[in-house]
Amino acid sequence: MSAPTTDVQARTSARTIVWLQGLAGLAGFAALLEIVPRSGLVSPLYLPPFSTIVVAVYKEMMSAEFWTALSDTLEAWAIGLAISVIAGVVIGIAIGSSHLLRTLTHSTIEFLRPIPSVALIPLAVLLFGSQIQSTLILVVYASFWQVLIQVLYGVQDVDPVARETARSYGLGTWAQIRYVIWPTTLPYLMTGVRLAAAVALILAITSEVAIDTQGLGKEIADTEAGGAVAAMYAYVIVAGIIGVVVNLGARALERHVLAWHPSMRLDGAGARA
Amino acid sequence: MPALARRIAVMLALPVALIATWWFASTDSQNFYFPPLRTIVETFSKLWFSPQATQNVVPSLVRFSVGYIAAALLGIAIGIPVGASRNLRNVLEPVLEFLRAVPPPVLVPVLILFTGLGNEMKALVIVFGCVWPVLLNTVAGVRALDEVLAEVVRSYRIGPFARFWHFILPGASPQIFTGLRQSLSIGLILMVVSEMYAAKDGIGFALVQYQRSFAIPEMWSGIIVLGIIGIVLSLIFRAFEAWILGWYHGLRQSQRAS
Repeated sequence: MSAPTTDVQARTSARTIVWLQGLAGLAGFAALLEIVPRSGLVSPLYLPPFSTIVVAVYKEMMSAEFWTALSDTLEAWAIGLAISVIAGVVIGIAIGSSHLLRTLTHSTIEFLRPIPSVALIPLAVLLFGSQIQSTLILVVYASFWQVLIQVLYGVQDVDPVARETARSYGLGTWAQIRYVIWPTTLPYLMTGVRLAAAVALILAITSEVAIDTQGLGKEIADTEAGGAVAAMYAYVIVAGIIGVVVNLGARALERHVLAWHPSMRLDGAGARA
Repeated sequence: MPALARRIAVMLALPVALIATWWFASTDSQNFYFPPLRTIVETFSKLWFSPQATQNVVPSLVRFSVGYIAAALLGIAIGIPVGASRNLRNVLEPVLEFLRAVPPPVLVPVLILFTGLGNEMKALVIVFGCVWPVLLNTVAGVRALDEVLAEVVRSYRIGPFARFWHFILPGASPQIFTGLRQSLSIGLILMVVSEMYAAKDGIGFALVQYQRSFAIPEMWSGIIVLGIIGIVLSLIFRAFEAWILGWYHGLRQSQRAS
């Protein structure tokens, strides 16, 4: 009985060490950002010491502007991502379920997908100026393909035997989607959502930097133009933290939604992923 | 032969139908923002087959290639030692995760501070944006190398160079290519954004000029040029991947068949 406990103990202490090592890495990075400008290696005018940036983060967080910018960015991100996911799922399942549609649309999808969504910036500006719709066009165009492609892979991965079985048992279209296609597609969809969440954030910020829609990206461009360098870095760091939260959140969602799936269960039991 | 002809027909059916729809639906278009496709095509051939066009397309492509290739080499060069050493990985992983999560377009204003508005800024922005997917995927690829093979390599005392060239690099290459593919679209985005933000030439610059002067057919033709560049780059990338990873896809296929 003692073997499992020591095993657990060993594993927890190993995990603590990994944590400490990671913290040391972050501390080292912060120290580097403090020393490089102080030693004059890089002019503090371009890169203020880390402590100055931290103070700037605090100062910005006290302003209402900061929270408006943050919520604007998150709003555009969330709406854009939601549209892409819903559209990707609906269109993906519709196209993926039919062999004819799949072959017919394949070349078109492969052609449209690599078109950089920033190409649409001028059009978005003309149509909507710097309103949220401009951001949404870019966000949706970029993240929709990520979801669609994964859903298409997923639907294609459905076990033909399971599908035939469902059909012979007389399951209707909805029941087939719900009980046969959906469970197989879900892991692929979650991969798509994870990729799309990151891409959507990049494009939301891009739109704010490039076409002045409200949000963190606009604050970064404005503070740079106004020479408030420390404040600019404060917003860059905040944007990075949002990025980390989005990535971690997407991974946690994936684990949560797929808790029943064999790949996750093996992982949880300590087996190799 | 008929099978091939049918495949081509199936491939082209929808694109042709869509373009035809666009063409006919827009022939009498009075809408200022959506000019007839015929006008766009005419502008396109006038505008982008001229020496003036090369002045905008070439600088963009040079910046993109320099930045992208530098990011790829840098990402692989740093990713391999980080992936190979567990301690190094544990220390650096949170920092790398943070750096990757910073949306790369915010670097455009930051790097303007350092390098001004020149070509260095644009290439550096692309390097900074593209390096993380390559780096993190290289780390993951090296980490997931076959342990048995690693031990074989060690017990045969294979030298570091041969180990790198014949074991680590090929073993991690499928993952590395995943990173390279993600970087490709990020690099294109950054190329355009940095030129839109501040530039004297380049496709992004030209696009913004057309939009600001309400030269709508010119703007549409610029959008099409960017689209074509995106498609061509992804085709080149796919050919390159098929060439380098041919052995891997073949292996996967034979494993699946058995």
